[in-house]
Amino acid sequence: MVSKPLTADRKRQKLTPAQYSSIAKSDQFRKLIRIKKTFIIPFTIFFLCFYFALPILTSYTNILNHSFYGSITWAWVFAFLQFIMTWALCMIYYKKAAKFDEISHQIIAEKER
Amino acid sequence: MNTAAFMMFLVIVALTLVITYWASKKNNSPSEFYTAGGGLTGWQNGMAIAGDYMSAASFLGIAGSIALAGFDGFFYSIGFLVAYLVVLFLVAEPLRNLGKYTFADMIAVRFKTAKIRGFAAFNTMVISIFYMIAQLVGAGALIKLLLGIDFATSVIIVGILMTVYVTFGGMHATSWVQITKAVLLMAGTLLISILVLHKFNWSITGMFDQVKEATPLQEKFLHPGVKYKDGLDTLSLTMGLVLGTAGLPHILVRFFTVKNAKIARSSVVYATWIIGLFYVMTIFLGFGAAAFVGNSDITAADKAGNMAAPLLAQALGGNMLFAFVSAVAFATILAVVAGLVLTAAAAFSHDFYNQILRKGKATEKQQVNMARYASIGISVISIILALFAQNLNVAFLVSLAFAVAASANLPVILYTIFWKRFNTNGAIWAMVVGLIVSVGLVIVSPNVFHPEAGKAMFVGEPWFPLTTPGIVSIPLGFLAGFMGTMLSRKTGKADHQVEFDEILVRSNTGMDNTVM
Repeated sequence: MVSKPLTADRKRQKLTPAQYSSIAKSDQFRKLIRIKKTFIIPFTIFFLCFYFALPILTSYTNILNHSFYGSITWAWVFAFLQFIMTWALCMIYYKKAAKFDEISHQIIAEKER
Repeated sequence: MNTAAFMMFLVIVALTLVITYWASKKNNSPSEFYTAGGGLTGWQNGMAIAGDYMSAASFLGIAGSIALAGFDGFFYSIGFLVAYLVVLFLVAEPLRNLGKYTFADMIAVRFKTAKIRGFAAFNTMVISIFYMIAQLVGAGALIKLLLGIDFATSVIIVGILMTVYVTFGGMHATSWVQITKAVLLMAGTLLISILVLHKFNWSITGMFDQVKEATPLQEKFLHPGVKYKDGLDTLSLTMGLVLGTAGLPHILVRFFTVKNAKIARSSVVYATWIIGLFYVMTIFLGFGAAAFVGNSDITAADKAGNMAAPLLAQALGGNMLFAFVSAVAFATILAVVAGLVLTAAAAFSHDFYNQILRKGKATEKQQVNMARYASIGISVISIILALFAQNLNVAFLVSLAFAVAASANLPVILYTIFWKRFNTNGAIWAMVVGLIVSVGLVIVSPNVFHPEAGKAMFVGEPWFPLTTPGIVSIPLGFLAGFMGTMLSRKTGKADHQVEFDEILVRSNTGMDNTVM
């Protein structure tokens, strides 16, 4: 099958399985995977727990029905915090990902040498 | 007929047709047709994702749910938004790095058999068509209410427009219709929210106090548990919402319209801000409608509450604002259905026709022509199904699409990127089990069988007690992928499966960004 170049901002070259394996085993690539994992795994666990805490608390307890301020209950506060959490994690990831890009550029540059 | 609303509808139609005419000159290659040549900026793609995602169910449905059920309606807003963290952290960038035009492309990088591509394309078409029927049924009901045009005619008008955008304008027109719609929707929602806050004297606490007085639910309006009384049902719904987005084919294809993973990431960040701000404002829409339109008037216009937002606009700003908001709702439906038609057509033409039937040898012209025929075919099928589905609950069709996406697509996507041992067999098991279980459970759920006449399609005792299947079907999809892989590990080597190192390197670095 013929491969067609995608409009990517780099030139196309197909590597052999052995070349991929050698990249996968390189220190730079391992470092990339490691720092990605140490970010993504804990943060994913955190946001899933934070998210599911809301339906679990509202379904099985009444503690969020207490007043936070006037008629505003803790349920609404917790719901709004989900928005803040989403935006915050989004921006944190965006900042962090600059580092991922830096390492992956180095790996690509290395390969092209 | 409401003349102002009618004129606004015409303006929207004219605007979208101008966009399509302008875009039609650019669509000569499959890459332009399916993905706008991959040339959208992060900001443009973020707006288009938002425009593709905030469907009529979001604008009309959530506003109505909050107005009628209070806090429980807001679960949708939260789930729909938090879902973007799953997309951003786990799916968007690897998908952009591996795929080309469709979700099946990405799976096919790892598994070379036609079977897998076929299943992936089939799932894409099933999910897109379910989702489209929901949008078309909503469109028919809305236009009927706003303009007095009957249901069948309304569905056919929307159907013809969506076919025109996609057939002539491809992804360029679809994207720009979505961007235009996102701007209109945000502007309309912001305007109503400001008017609502003004009416409440700019006091959030005052708003909560007043709404509590205004609804028949009183205190209960502000507490969870009005609509979702069963804890498992709530969990099932929220699980489907948060995991479904990352498997929705029409959202996934939006990552192929940008150059690289970095721009895919920035488009998710833009989309998350826009969508988040919109969903925060659904509180004002819902509360405003509860306080200034009132429960009985909302349900009188539409039992499910879908007219809450347009009625609120009328109460606050008279007929002109009503006309504007109705036109925004119409634009919303057009943008979403266009995205769905294009996704389903790409799956048919790129995956079935070119890759499987023609073994990748169809010429560019043949591919684009087939994509155009497929768009027409899919539109016709959806219109016919929507005409039959007139009396179905729209929200249940949308939640079904989310559940299928989370159960059948997400496990395959995640295993493909992250699990070394995953094999062809596991991929097929995950897709088949995810699809059959999620659709099957809905068929035997209270949405279809209900002991009281008139509440569902058939009278009878449901076999499955929950209204959404997610809590059972999503784990089963993942389990099937795991079991299928483990039970066939010895034979796995016989597949034409690329080494995991290649997937790992390519999905993480964007190296060798090609398909096949």
